[in-house]
Amino acid sequence: MRKLLVASLVFMFLFATSAVSYAARDYINIVGSSTVYPFATVVAEQYGKSTKFKTPKVESTGTGGGLKLFCGGVGVEHPDIANASRRIKASEVEMCGKNGVKDIIEAKIGYDGIVIANSKNAPLMKLTTKDIFLALVKDVPTDKADELKPNPHKTWKDVNPELPDVKIEVLGPPPTSGTRDAFVELAMESGCKEFAWVKELKDEKKFKAICHAVREDGAYIEAGENDTLIVKKLAANSNAFGIFGFSFLEQSMDKIQGSVIAGVEPTFDNIASSKYPISRPLYFYVKKAHVDMIPGIKEYLKEFTSEKAWGPDGYLVDKGLIPMPPAEREKYEKSVNALENLSL
Amino acid sequence: MTQEERKRLIEQRLKKRYLKEKVFRSIGLLAVLAALSMLFILFATIILSGYRSFQQTYIRLNVLLDKTVIAPSGSANDDDIFSADYVALLKATLKDMFPEVSSRQEKKMLYSLLSSGASMQVMDFVMQNKNLIGTKQTIWVTADDDFDMLIKGYIKRNVPEEERRIKDVQLKWIDKMMAQGRVEKRFNLPFFINGDSREPELAGIRGGLVGTFYTILVTLLLSFPLGVATAVYLEEFAPLNRWTDIVEVNINNLAAVPSIVFGLLGLAVFINFFGLPRSSPLVGGLVLTLVTLPTIIIASRAALKAVPPSIRHAALGIGASKMQAVIHHVIPLAMPGMMTGTIIGMARALGETASLLMIGMVAFIVETPADILEPATVLPVQIYLWADSAELAFVERTSMAIMVLLWFLIVMNGVAIVLRNRFEKRW
Repeated sequence: MRKLLVASLVFMFLFATSAVSYAARDYINIVGSSTVYPFATVVAEQYGKSTKFKTPKVESTGTGGGLKLFCGGVGVEHPDIANASRRIKASEVEMCGKNGVKDIIEAKIGYDGIVIANSKNAPLMKLTTKDIFLALVKDVPTDKADELKPNPHKTWKDVNPELPDVKIEVLGPPPTSGTRDAFVELAMESGCKEFAWVKELKDEKKFKAICHAVREDGAYIEAGENDTLIVKKLAANSNAFGIFGFSFLEQSMDKIQGSVIAGVEPTFDNIASSKYPISRPLYFYVKKAHVDMIPGIKEYLKEFTSEKAWGPDGYLVDKGLIPMPPAEREKYEKSVNALENLSL
Repeated sequence: MTQEERKRLIEQRLKKRYLKEKVFRSIGLLAVLAALSMLFILFATIILSGYRSFQQTYIRLNVLLDKTVIAPSGSANDDDIFSADYVALLKATLKDMFPEVSSRQEKKMLYSLLSSGASMQVMDFVMQNKNLIGTKQTIWVTADDDFDMLIKGYIKRNVPEEERRIKDVQLKWIDKMMAQGRVEKRFNLPFFINGDSREPELAGIRGGLVGTFYTILVTLLLSFPLGVATAVYLEEFAPLNRWTDIVEVNINNLAAVPSIVFGLLGLAVFINFFGLPRSSPLVGGLVLTLVTLPTIIIASRAALKAVPPSIRHAALGIGASKMQAVIHHVIPLAMPGMMTGTIIGMARALGETASLLMIGMVAFIVETPADILEPATVLPVQIYLWADSAELAFVERTSMAIMVLLWFLIVMNGVAIVLRNRFEKRW
């Protein structure tokens, strides 16, 4: 008993002193998007196995949260790389600059498709972006300019007479998710622009308030960031639809099917050729000041930008990444490995 | 009212009372049964979906350890062996086994039947048997997770080809290998000795276990002495006034605070203010100390209260000082109760994830931490991360990791019960 007390007192003292002496770091610290996380972790693992460096630590914090940590400053206590499921914003670059993070390297890694899927037991849906918008928006614009009414649509048939008479029930990501941002920007916005007066709105804030608002009356259910869970729920409830990344559809083709959007099926080829309307580019950002400070960053960039990783036959494709066209791959491979600065 | 009538009335009421008693008892029994059946369903689903991952599919290959590939310079030094292209060796082996496969597409499908860790297994074999370079050797390598899922029956052969992750040609190859006795299910040792991986067949819980060990160690070493000291002071020495009342109310309130709040506090204080390393077991342990302290203090105070005052009076009566009475007599008698409280607190810390989210312990970490300052995850976080993965094979890994965690919880609670039964005194 007394020994334990003494031991823990010594321990507390050690802890107090160790706080000051913590300095070097010999592994790469990566934060950011949960969509890029599955790809970054695979690269990290391969890199850890094939080089003598330690395997990087990859944290899934969401794009915004990751960039905030990334822009916190220069030094071992700040992350070296931030993954993002959208491009970095000018405001974020500014925030970085304020904290001394001046030189940032941008790497685009490929594309990701967002699918709207339902159970195989239900009929395949053919949707347009307008259908999606009308089914999920909070307030529907009317034909008269500047007039909105609360979304009256209860079933898919209310939205479009050609669709089945099934209650609208969509499971999707919460507002903190990058998938949600991309879905709102790509699918809802393009459906929203079908209304002439909304399209001509000059006031961007108002435009976003109309087009980006998702209904809150229970038809859209925020299902958390866990896409596996959504897939399970879809398999159990054949009336429900789910919104998630293409890689999850690919893993569960026996249970669920992706709806056809604007006449295009969500397939690998259609997303790669950007025929499929709801797809987005994925990025990661590297802090140039850390390249010489943390061992192995250059080698990590080389691994990520190699054909065996992000090429059409690479291992990232097996995990659901949609590769960039060859010319784009070449361009980014060059600029990343030459550590060229980001230009917005 | 006659005697007769009164008797009847009493009998009627008696009947009613007995009935009420019966109903009351059966409601209690039903509640217990409901709880038990929930528990049973929980265990049954976890075990049913996880027991198969105690085994893992392996493939027997006759690999030619080509000298020109492994040791091009002639001598087998470690650097050459480390950087050799083992994938090429495996591809050559598969080509030998299936000479009819020629198109690029089919070759890719054939190679994908092997785990991406197979080349590392060949390398390990070569490292240990340098004298065998240049010969043909039988090596068991891990099969890909889709292959494994097919063997275990999760991927069904009778669904249409385009919905199946194993295609018809691959089925043909697998059947051929099975006919040759090259496919075998073996004990899934990698699950216990590997770190995390994005390939389900290579993923293991070692990193999570070691991280849990360090985190709980830090928690125990900080929260036990702090908790006991607080309880002893408050119970034995503190004057009864408004201040001690406030402290007591606060401790009771802290016990009910959601753990994510402690995580936020940890982020603000330990990481941002003190600058301790993010994701380290040290910070995790500090946060979990905050989570468990109220539980330990409350249990310890209850244990101290249960020691009868006559013990204290007797000690004081024969001339012991207040401190001597407490340290020599009261604390030893209260120790079993304090230990039980601590173990239950630790069991809570063992299952904690929410508070660790904020301090960066929810991360992909492959390396096993070597001390309390290196990045680490803990077992429940590992479960959370696997549950979020797309691959089918991670479902059973998740269940298996849950079984390991439950086993630890059962053991800890069992120890608490044994301690209580063996050492606790009743007066």
